[in-house]
This record gives sequence, structure tokens and C-alpha cells, in this order.
Amino acid sequence: MSILSIKHIAKSFGTFRAVDDISIEVAAGETVGLLGVNGAGKTTLMNMILGLITPTSGSINVFGKDIAKHRLEILRRTNFCTTYAALPGNVPVFSNLLIFAKLYQIDQPKKKVYELLELLEITSLKDKLTGTLSAGESTRVNLAKALLNDPELLLLDEPTASLDPDIADKVRKLIIHLQKTRKPAVLYTSHNMRDIEEVCDRVLFIHQGKIHAAGTTAEIKERFSEENLDDVFIKIARSDKQPI
Amino acid sequence: MPSFTVISALLYRYILLYARNRIRLFELFFWPIVQLLVWGFVTSYLQSKGGGSFPRFITFLIGGIILWDSLFRSQQGVAISFLEDVWTRNLINIFAAPVRMSEYLGASFCVGILRVGLTAIVLALIALLAYGFNLFEFKFSLIGFYANLMLFGWVLGIVSICLILRFGHSAESLAWAIPFMIQPFAAVFYDVSTLPGWMQHIAWAMPPAYVFEGMRKCLADDSAPWEYVIKAATLNVCYLAIAGWFFARTLTNVREKGLLTKVSTS
Ligand SMILES: Nc1ncnc2c1ncn2[C@@H]1O[C@H](COP(=O)(O)OP(=O)(O)OP(=O)(O)O)[C@@H](O)[C@H]1O
Ligand SMILES: [Mg+2]
Repeated sequence: MSILSIKHIAKSFGTFRAVDDISIEVAAGETVGLLGVNGAGKTTLMNMILGLITPTSGSINVFGKDIAKHRLEILRRTNFCTTYAALPGNVPVFSNLLIFAKLYQIDQPKKKVYELLELLEITSLKDKLTGTLSAGESTRVNLAKALLNDPELLLLDEPTASLDPDIADKVRKLIIHLQKTRKPAVLYTSHNMRDIEEVCDRVLFIHQGKIHAAGTTAEIKERFSEENLDDVFIKIARSDKQPI
Repeated sequence: MPSFTVISALLYRYILLYARNRIRLFELFFWPIVQLLVWGFVTSYLQSKGGGSFPRFITFLIGGIILWDSLFRSQQGVAISFLEDVWTRNLINIFAAPVRMSEYLGASFCVGILRVGLTAIVLALIALLAYGFNLFEFKFSLIGFYANLMLFGWVLGIVSICLILRFGHSAESLAWAIPFMIQPFAAVFYDVSTLPGWMQHIAWAMPPAYVFEGMRKCLADDSAPWEYVIKAATLNVCYLAIAGWFFARTLTNVREKGLLTKVSTS
């Protein structure tokens, strides 16, 4: 059964169409990558799934329920990590995570926070002020926040942006580990093709708000006759100037 | 049903944000104290020049300053808590968490109560020591005054949040300005009858005028101004209902326009 079911979703800001008739199904245990140039509509799509932006048309069902009607219920079983949000800087890491554990009404919140600090190898940071962390450290804290409620749907918007290759690799391994152990449905955006190839079961190329290509990374590379995903990306990005 | 766990977690977060920011803490006490001192001296001066012909003037003014501060603090509790979330880029994390808006507002109302409580104690002490003004002379009416002003502070706080959501960062300064926009109508330092006719109508349409008129009546003849307190409370119930509706509508509207994510990320 699909965890996330998006049907003919569209979003216009004034006359500008940011998302234009996109349909996506994501099953439990499946990771779907969203690829696309800056401004393609990836973040807008994720914000619609979180109920932060209302679609102009179309429907979004999570766990078989309409987000417009069952938002709170859905959000309790969903979580996200995005470069566009932070945790308050002058609060220690542990307190920040504990507060969110309580917002998600988790049983034994302290135990859960310690468990995640361990999993993300950031136990040593627990008493540091969140605002003093490096970009990579705060990404891991944000990821810990995103895992607090063992989400069945996990939205990751550029989780590896600003991470060094070593930490980025650890984050990818962590996500793969999660897929194996907890089987969440994951929607993943990144501008790092290595992320996408390693982590995603399927990829959707979004361009000007529309799905331009879909399939496994191997299928897509074959269709565009390219050796690597970066070249496919560039080809699609420039497709409005040079028809493919 | 709003969850106590969620409200207390949000409240704990605001307290941490405060406790860890010395400037914020300093600010909490600095302005009301300065205001009380300046106005206290102004009235003492006027009283000496008027040859003692302003017998109750000083108590009216000091009572007005202390009570007005409760409205302002309560409005700030709501508006600044929201701005803290905007400034720390945390708004998306909260608004995309399973947090009911009643829980979110409930926590910021509590911040308002804490702010009012803290400054009220300090102000009452100073007023007593410096001017021999005893706030508890109001007896039980004091609860009625405070409750009404805090409720209206919440209303103004909700309106401030709505305007910031709708108009973005350029509307941030409104968080401080809004209480002062209604101050002329609140009759804090003068009788409503001092106002021109059209302003009197507006004044009587809002709860603060009843509170301050009631306060003066209480100080003048030591009577319990329950009529004023009840009228203010009735109006407050209506205003809170309207503010709640306005907040819900604004949220729907900013979700449609994509402004919720814009104010949090820009
Ligand atoms: N609230 C908004 N109001 C108006 N336009 C918006 C709003 N949010 C997004 N847009 C526009 O919609 C388009 C898609 O933006 P979005 O943030 O979804 O892109 P993206 O694919 O996430 O890009 P990036 O890779 O840079 O993160 C952009 O052109 C953006 O300017
Ligand atoms: Mg984006």
C-alpha cells in the first residue's frame, strides 16, 4: 500500500505555476528522489505534503487520509528535515530535541533523545548551544529531530547540503540503515547525484513544476544515453533551450 | 483537546529562550521601571506647581502606568514569542509538527502571563516604595483589571501575529506599535469624556477604557467597579472570538499564498 499518494497536484503563486500536475506514489520502505534545477518546485511540493502550503488543485493522501482534513493525525506519523528551518540557536541541543520529542508526544522522550544522539554520533554535542554548531553538526541535530517519532513518512529536503564528504557518506548510510530497519517511505531531494544514486530506489526529475522523467537511476541514464546522472541533470536543465 | 504536554513543552522552550538572553530579561524590567520613574516625577512636579491642586492625579497616573503595562506585556508575550520563532527560523519546524494552533497560542498566552506577573511585582514594589502607591488598594477589582487587560493583550497579540504573517518582515515593528495605536482610546491617563465625541465611541467599543475608568472610580471613591469589569469582560469574550476567527482565516490565507514558508525562510 502506498504511504504517500499525490494526484494531479498543482500550485500557482499568482500567475506563476510552481508545481504543475504532478502525481507521485511512494510505498512503505521506498525512497524516491526528487531532482531538478533551482526553482523546479521540489520544496513547494514538500511544503504541500506538510500542509504548509495549500495546493491550488489536486489531492494529497498520506496513510490513506487527505492532508487537508487529517493534518494533525498525519503529521504525528510524519517528519522532515530541511535546510530551510533551524532549531533555536540559544537553546542546548538536548533541550531542543527534548522539546520536539514532547511536541510529537513520544513516550519516554529522554530515552528517545539519548538513543538518537547515539545513532547520529552527536552525544558529545548534547550540552552545546545549537547555534554554535557547525553546518554539518546542526544537520545531524536536525536529522535527529526528524527521527524522533519514528516517522512512517520522512521528507528530506537537501539533508546533505553543506556536509563534508565524510559526514555526507555517514548520513547516506544512516538513511540506508533506516530503510532496512524501519521501512519508512522517504521523499528525498538533493543536488548531489551520488546521494541520489546510493539512497534512492526511484528518481523523479522535476522541471518547471512538471515530472520530466521517472524511473530507477539506471533506467533514466539509459533513456537519456548518459553515463552518469549529472549529465542527465544538465541535459534536462537545458532542455527548454535545446530540445532533447 | 489541547494537550498539556505540548503546551508545557512550548512554554519551556520560550522560557529557555528568555532565560538565556540577558538583554531580553533586562528589557523586561528596564522600560516599565523607567516609565514609572519618569511619569512619577512628572506628576510630582505638576503637583508641586499646581499648589497641590491635583490630589489624585499622581495615583491615577501611576495606577494607569502599572495597569497599562500589563496589557502591553501580555500582547508582547504573544507577538514576541511568535517573532522568536521567525527569527530563529524555527516556524516551519513548529507549524509542520503536530501542534494545534490552540496549543501554540495557549503557550504564548502563558508567556504573556509570566511576563505580566514578573513586571507587575517589580512595578508594584517601586510604586509602593517611591510614591506610597499601594496596588492592592484595588482589592479584588485588581484581578478583574488585570484579567481584562491581559485578555485584550492576547487579542492584540493575535492581531500582531496575523499582520506579520500577512505582510512579512516589514510588519515586524507593528508588534511594538499596535498597543500604542489603541492607547489614545484606552483612556489610560484621562477620562473618556476628555476625548472628542467620535473617539469616545471607539473608546467604549474596547475593553481597556472600562478598566481605566473603573480604576479611577475605585481610587476616587473606593467603590468596587464591577459594572466596568463585567462590561470589559463581555467585550473581551467577543474580541477573543473574533481574533480566533481572524487567526484561523489568516492561516488559511497565508497557506494558500505560500506566505507561511516565506516569512519563515526569508
Ligand atoms: N511563497 C512563494 N511565493 C511565490 N513564489 C514562490 C513561493 N515559494 C516558491 N515560489 C517559487 O516557486 C518556484 C519553485 O520554488 P521551490 O522552492 O519549490 O524550488 P526548488 O525546486 O526547491 O529549488 P531549490 O533547488 O533551489 O531548492 C520558484 O520559482 C520560487 O520562486
Ligand atoms: Mg528547495
